Amino acid sequence: MTSGLWELVLHGIWVTIQLLVLSGLLATAVAFGIGIARTHRLWIVRFLAGLYTEIFRGTSALIMIFWVFFVLPIAFGWQLVPLWAGTLALGLTYGAYGAEIVRGALNSVDPAQREGGIALSFTPWQRMRLVLLPQAVPEMIPPFSNLLVELLKGTALVSIMGMGDLAFSANLVRLALQQSAEIYTYVLLIYFVIAFVLTRGMRGLERKLKAGLGKPVGRTPEQELRPEPTGVGAGGTS
Amino acid sequence: MTWDWGVVADFMPKFWDGLLVTLQILALGSLISFALGLVWALLMRTPTRFVRWPVGVVTEFIRNTPLLVQLFFFFYVLPEWGLTWSALTTGICAIGLHYSTYTMQVYRAGIEAVPVGQWEAATALNLPLRHTWTAVILPQAIRRVVPALGNYVISMLKDTPILMTITVLEMLGQARLFSQQNFQFTEPLTVIGVAFIVIAYPASLLVRALERRLVR
Repeated sequence: MTSGLWELVLHGIWVTIQLLVLSGLLATAVAFGIGIARTHRLWIVRFLAGLYTEIFRGTSALIMIFWVFFVLPIAFGWQLVPLWAGTLALGLTYGAYGAEIVRGALNSVDPAQREGGIALSFTPWQRMRLVLLPQAVPEMIPPFSNLLVELLKGTALVSIMGMGDLAFSANLVRLALQQSAEIYTYVLLIYFVIAFVLTRGMRGLERKLKAGLGKPVGRTPEQELRPEPTGVGAGGTS
Repeated sequence: MTWDWGVVADFMPKFWDGLLVTLQILALGSLISFALGLVWALLMRTPTRFVRWPVGVVTEFIRNTPLLVQLFFFFYVLPEWGLTWSALTTGICAIGLHYSTYTMQVYRAGIEAVPVGQWEAATALNLPLRHTWTAVILPQAIRRVVPALGNYVISMLKDTPILMTITVLEMLGQARLFSQQNFQFTEPLTVIGVAFIVIAYPASLLVRALERRLVR
């Protein structure tokens, strides 16, 4: 491969990382917003949040991408820049998976903690911010780590819309060189390295957050027996 | 926003064709992933690390890289190696392989959840290794993991549209073809989006019901 082609791949990596960071931020915001709304005391809020998760987890991420790219401009007259369109579609879809993680972690906090918050006459918002979230967030990190890898894999889908990400650059190089095996192996390896860095980073974050709680780092033997929830795979669990 | 039911009516015949292909991919892909996942899980339990280590690395690699790029890899590289499969066959094998790395973890968890006493009893009865697996461990392990496998079938359903990129005419492929021919994007894309929810939501309810019955 020539240096010009490598430049193409490097640009692809940059676009993929931009997309990953932006849609990751949107997905986190959606996950916490919807996940906390699902534990709200009003049933209508819980219902609407549940409807959101079922709709966005029910359809495929690729169909959402098509929808945002083709239907949104016609239906509402918005034409989004490809990067933002991709961010929107991925963030909303993966945020719905994240919301289930947030809800599961909030529900798994010892009920006595919530009752303690009530007894101290904290407002619901104070209870969430000072009691529940600090204990729930470290528990969310391992499933979020899996979801982040799923999101990384999801970013490859925007190449179908012609966005110049890593998977798209692989196609360009294939057309230029007429050789597929080499470039696709390189690109798969690059994705693997990014995923590896992400999971390592998340493990470090988990260690840091759990240190403040006095909880054991890593998985307990009981958790070890359960299959790993990837979020995307878990159709109806948690 | 304009919505034209006439377009929906025109699209429906194509939709049923696409649905049939989607279900075909789903059925065959699930079978491959169930079988191959079990093979990976059993290989990961062999005593020698010269088997465990390569299997672990390969499956980890497949699980952490995008299915889309893997599909392109198989679609463009296999012909270079002299294997000319149809796009549909390539797609089914790729999606089955990809998901086998997930079902492998499910089987592993199921096998590890079988109580140690079962292994000891099999040893005490002097059962050969083959029978220990086929008659004692696997029947108990698989019963426990059926709901988790069901979840992966649902998530495989949501990944089938990716096969459109290698020219397979499943639901999204049909919708895109129809859109490009008629310049009507809203209706076909919305119809298949709703179709996915209509299939996936009852399926996830079914998995939840299975979970209550089989896992105690």
